[in-house]
Amino acid sequence: MTGPREQFKPADHPNDHFLMTTVVGSYPKPKWLHRARDLYEEEDRNFDEENFEEAKDDASRLITKEHERCGIDVVCDGEMRRNEMVEYFAHRIDGYEFNGRVKVWGHNYFDKPSVVDEVEYDQEWLISEYEFTSDVADSPVKVPITGPYTLASWSFNEVYDDEAELAYELADLVNEEIEGLVEAGARYIQIDEPALATTPDDHAIVGECLERIADNVPDDVRLGLHVCYGDYSRIYPEILDYPVHEYDLELVNGDFEQLDVFKDDEFTKDFAMGVIDVHDAEVESVEEIKDNIKKGLEVVPPERLTVSPDCGLKLLPRDVAYGKMENMVQAAREIEAELDAGELDVAAVASADD
Amino acid sequence: MTRVVATTPGLFPLPDWAKEDLSDLKGHQKDDLISGDESDEIIAAYNRARSEVIDRQQEAGLDRIVEGQLRWDDMLAHPLAVADEVEMRGIVRYYDNNNFYREPVVTDELSTTGDIAAELDSASEQVDAGLQAVLPGPYSLADLATDDHYGDEAAFLDGIAEFLADEADQFPDVETLFLLEPSLVENAPEDGEDERASEAIDTVASAVDADVVAHTYWGALEEKVYAHLMDADVDAIGFDLVSNHDENVYNVQEYGTKDDVALGLVDGQNTLVESPETIRERIDWFDDQTNGDYDTVYATSNTELFYLPVNKAEAKLDALANAAELEEVPQ
Repeated sequence: MTGPREQFKPADHPNDHFLMTTVVGSYPKPKWLHRARDLYEEEDRNFDEENFEEAKDDASRLITKEHERCGIDVVCDGEMRRNEMVEYFAHRIDGYEFNGRVKVWGHNYFDKPSVVDEVEYDQEWLISEYEFTSDVADSPVKVPITGPYTLASWSFNEVYDDEAELAYELADLVNEEIEGLVEAGARYIQIDEPALATTPDDHAIVGECLERIADNVPDDVRLGLHVCYGDYSRIYPEILDYPVHEYDLELVNGDFEQLDVFKDDEFTKDFAMGVIDVHDAEVESVEEIKDNIKKGLEVVPPERLTVSPDCGLKLLPRDVAYGKMENMVQAAREIEAELDAGELDVAAVASADD
Repeated sequence: MTRVVATTPGLFPLPDWAKEDLSDLKGHQKDDLISGDESDEIIAAYNRARSEVIDRQQEAGLDRIVEGQLRWDDMLAHPLAVADEVEMRGIVRYYDNNNFYREPVVTDELSTTGDIAAELDSASEQVDAGLQAVLPGPYSLADLATDDHYGDEAAFLDGIAEFLADEADQFPDVETLFLLEPSLVENAPEDGEDERASEAIDTVASAVDADVVAHTYWGALEEKVYAHLMDADVDAIGFDLVSNHDENVYNVQEYGTKDDVALGLVDGQNTLVESPETIRERIDWFDDQTNGDYDTVYATSNTELFYLPVNKAEAKLDALANAAELEEVPQ
């Protein structure tokens, strides 16, 4: 077994085998939370910071429990407090400023921040989010955190000589935040680096960032890396050298076309495989998800397979997100039972499809 | 004496109110983007935005005024997005950026739309002198698109060049035409293709009675591509001094350049605003390095400006215009 994984197995887990189920992070916000934000941002509404904080607390409780109701083994609060994956952090890091929205495509915009001074650790980013969620949750809690390479790539850099230098500075700040998270009790931290998929030649920069992030992190803390929507052949097997226990990768959206990439060189770490599509509003059947999970077993043995959605679920309607998670958990439990019963010979599964 | 002409390659960010209003009017999905048959309300919003962008350039004191290309949802692929013979398909990455456009698939012989001429007509009501047209260069437009009709690369490039020339033929009087050719750098043409790319630029350039600038960015051209581009009948070639000044200077030292030159002097993709003095120094540096005795130096941002928030894009217009002014101060 790679990495500290057994600690996340629930005491009442029904099967001998354990395919850990988790999520990538974001989840659709309740409509009333959007409304609360609007009220908070509008002037003269008599809806102050305290009211908005209360709304976010309520949403965090609700969505954490929604994950537990689905039976997810390692939960989070669906990032109810975060507005966007770069902006949220940039607002909390000294050295950033915001100048206005820029186009991503069509009429989709992003408030791309500028680094205008040396970046420094100021206020905590996610420690109170973690403390609140783990207080609410009965299950273990995972903390997704945007990685330094993505924070650097998706910002304007007015200060540092190049993006790598900025990324390394930010990596030191991520390390500091993780130290605080670990102190608060966090044992499962996922670094999100979607920018890596779009600029795969920079995998060495991401590697150096992760070395800085993992520095002095205790052995019993599980570190994961999430990458999505890219050409994995350009970063694999190089990424196996990163100091993390698990790689969380999107595969359903591309119809598992890239699965073979991970078979050509042995997958030596834990594989958190996307088994549900976050860009399709149709809830996959349990059978379909089971077939997807079996594809993961072609890459790693059950004790190293984590079952997860392709990416954050936040763009889906909430009932669809719920349905997908519920079916995902049921599919994982059924596969575990079949493995327990010896009905699924893992090696045979692998060779049958080869 | 060299005349410094402050300008931009166009494709401005939408004013913030227009980002809001137009996304409400049009929607967020790919089928909601510009296809050339907008409602009156949408047309009115774009007219107002265009007018503001022109005002702001005039206020800054730019020597060339663009209409802003605010309708170009698909960036440089826009001219195809409004053509009948093109299907706009899935969202694809725009060069090496975190930006996306709809993939244009050309399914039949292209015919003129007059879309860009109409934008310029509208702008010309507000611009007495110095109106500048902007088009994708034919090589870049072909590179951004997919051919499902012409059959081979050469025929497709010809078809695209003819199409752009026909569009340009309908333009009102313009002072300058910028042909943006980032693909010449980003996806350099191979042997034979480089010569055709240059001929295609000729085709478009000869359709207008204006000074034509073939502007390149995101690095420097390969030597052979540059040598072929020098054969094109354009008035100036544009160089991105922000991303790679050394190789661009090398090309000019080695192969010379036209009597006029366009220099990408401010970074269209970074919010750090260059001072007029810095811009001026960069012009002087290029002059020194190339022993230039240029009739005209077009001082511009290296890339389109839509990557920037509005306040920074505007600050860069001021800086460019002020840099051109500095030049006129007796030394």
